[in-house]
Amino acid sequence: MADKVLMKGNEAIAEAAIIAGCRHYFGYPITPQTEVAAYMAKKMPKIGGTFLQAESEIAAISMVYGVSSAGYRVMTSSSSPGISLKQEGISYLAGSDLPALIVNVQRGGPGLGGIQPSQSDYFQATKGGGHGDYHLIVLAPASVQEMAELTIKGFDLADKYRMPTMLLADGTMGQMMEPVSLDEYSDIKTFDKPWATNGTKMNREHNITNSLSLVPEELEQLNIARYERYKIVEENETMYEEYYMDDAEICIAAFGIAARVSLHAVEKARKEGIKVGMIRPITLWPFPSAPFKKAAPHLKHIMSVELSMGQMIEDVKLACECCCPVTLCNRVGGMIPDPLQVLERIKEVNKEVNG
Amino acid sequence: MVVFEKPHALIDVPLHYCPGCTHGIVHRLVAEVIDELGIEGQTIGIAPVGCSVMAYNYFNCDMIEAAHGRAPAVATGVKRADPDNNIVFTYQGDGDLASIGTAETVHAAARNENITIIFINNAIYGMTGGQMAPTSLPGQITQTSPYGRDPKLCGYPIKVCEMLSELDGPEYLERVAVNNVKNVRNAKKAIKKAFQNQIDKKGFSLVEVISTCPTNWGLTPKKALEWVDEKMIPYYPLGVYKDRSAAQDEKEEG
Repeated sequence: MADKVLMKGNEAIAEAAIIAGCRHYFGYPITPQTEVAAYMAKKMPKIGGTFLQAESEIAAISMVYGVSSAGYRVMTSSSSPGISLKQEGISYLAGSDLPALIVNVQRGGPGLGGIQPSQSDYFQATKGGGHGDYHLIVLAPASVQEMAELTIKGFDLADKYRMPTMLLADGTMGQMMEPVSLDEYSDIKTFDKPWATNGTKMNREHNITNSLSLVPEELEQLNIARYERYKIVEENETMYEEYYMDDAEICIAAFGIAARVSLHAVEKARKEGIKVGMIRPITLWPFPSAPFKKAAPHLKHIMSVELSMGQMIEDVKLACECCCPVTLCNRVGGMIPDPLQVLERIKEVNKEVNG
Repeated sequence: MVVFEKPHALIDVPLHYCPGCTHGIVHRLVAEVIDELGIEGQTIGIAPVGCSVMAYNYFNCDMIEAAHGRAPAVATGVKRADPDNNIVFTYQGDGDLASIGTAETVHAAARNENITIIFINNAIYGMTGGQMAPTSLPGQITQTSPYGRDPKLCGYPIKVCEMLSELDGPEYLERVAVNNVKNVRNAKKAIKKAFQNQIDKKGFSLVEVISTCPTNWGLTPKKALEWVDEKMIPYYPLGVYKDRSAAQDEKEEG
């Protein structure tokens, strides 16, 4: 069995990024993700990499844009208010078809909000976030091990599809410690980047990294081509996990920390004979609509458990096409639902649907 | 015998700039310097947002188009990606560099980031049709200062070279103009030095080029060149504002 080490979620992201071949990190301090920057500040100079504390989040994401243009793996991390500042650069990355990994260790909002965990940047992450038509690949880890694994996966997906990828974690995931095994990730994929603007070496035409296109017919075609690529991502890269769904009458929809809390509740409810299961989206974009669509006609109720005022619930409702009622079970502002709160709601729903 | 030809680093296409605009001269100077230093194959240029947004279509080296004002940060990324091989320059106007991108400019200078910045100061926003720039002169009439720039209402122009010269970081800061042959020759010397500094790993080098915008100044190209002498240079004196290596050499010799 592989060796395990005890790590904070934020540190696991940083170590996994280094394993993935990322040698360039740009950030700006913000709670609750600063450990990523601290880890990079310690490690990068020792392995010939770049750690740079930028003057702002806007500058940090622009530096990411520069490194990615030159064809290298690069990441930045922040938390909700900082991610809002990065939206300009994220839109430019998407518009220039550049890969990069952006980590959002979410905290409560809006505005300066708080520093405790939240999932209230779901809309921002999955619906675009900046200006223009685009998507990020959005990965939602639910353990420290997954923080590491999805970081590595995130770099691969970003390079494969030339898309910025977001690791959407939250303050709990970032701060909690769990045993992590990283041994099996020594073999890292590399991708040819003939589009990189890293000097012509006088043996090819010049490359241009650009998101400007003043001819509407051309810009339309660029957008359409990008969405064709998104379709391939949707077909091939959607990830989710199902728990106790074979005979489920009630289904929980939850990701990240909400899924961990909910799984406890589901297991307790099962012991009391309630037929409840759970679908946990791992990719939030592309959203795993298929398992919800498939299950919905056989379900009596779906409950979306979220640390927001109800954001993912909209995608759940769209996925199940009005085949069954969908309700919200939530805490916000940095509060985390208690497994007992979720269990109580499961019991109430069970009473309603089964009399 | 060829006495005059297009620099290799400049692509042979018509430029979109207005008649009498000095962007063309500065493009040519940059391209000549790239040719003379033999660095085209390792150079990456960063275009701004503004009139020179499409500079990526004119330079033969690899080019990146940056978000408005972010060129020094993008350049930082490109340079840090491969500091031993990449030669990185930004080409930015006054709105881009001295307004929306002030933070990126100041901090790249403070870090002594080993990049070259060509800063076009023509005291106006050209691309959007002639609005007040951070470098518009007091009293200057623009679309958004129709009664003349009133410092009481909208502050004073930013003198970029003077401001950055107060920082310990930057290696080299010089202000030049391109409104007559003598000034053009000096401008080329400054631009070449700004690239040579990068090759020699000396650090942040910025050349501010006082330029013209006949279209939005409402002047003929000839009158615009005269306006540079009459109005711009008195407010923005030409000269070297910082040359750390030269200062150190002097100190050692003295």
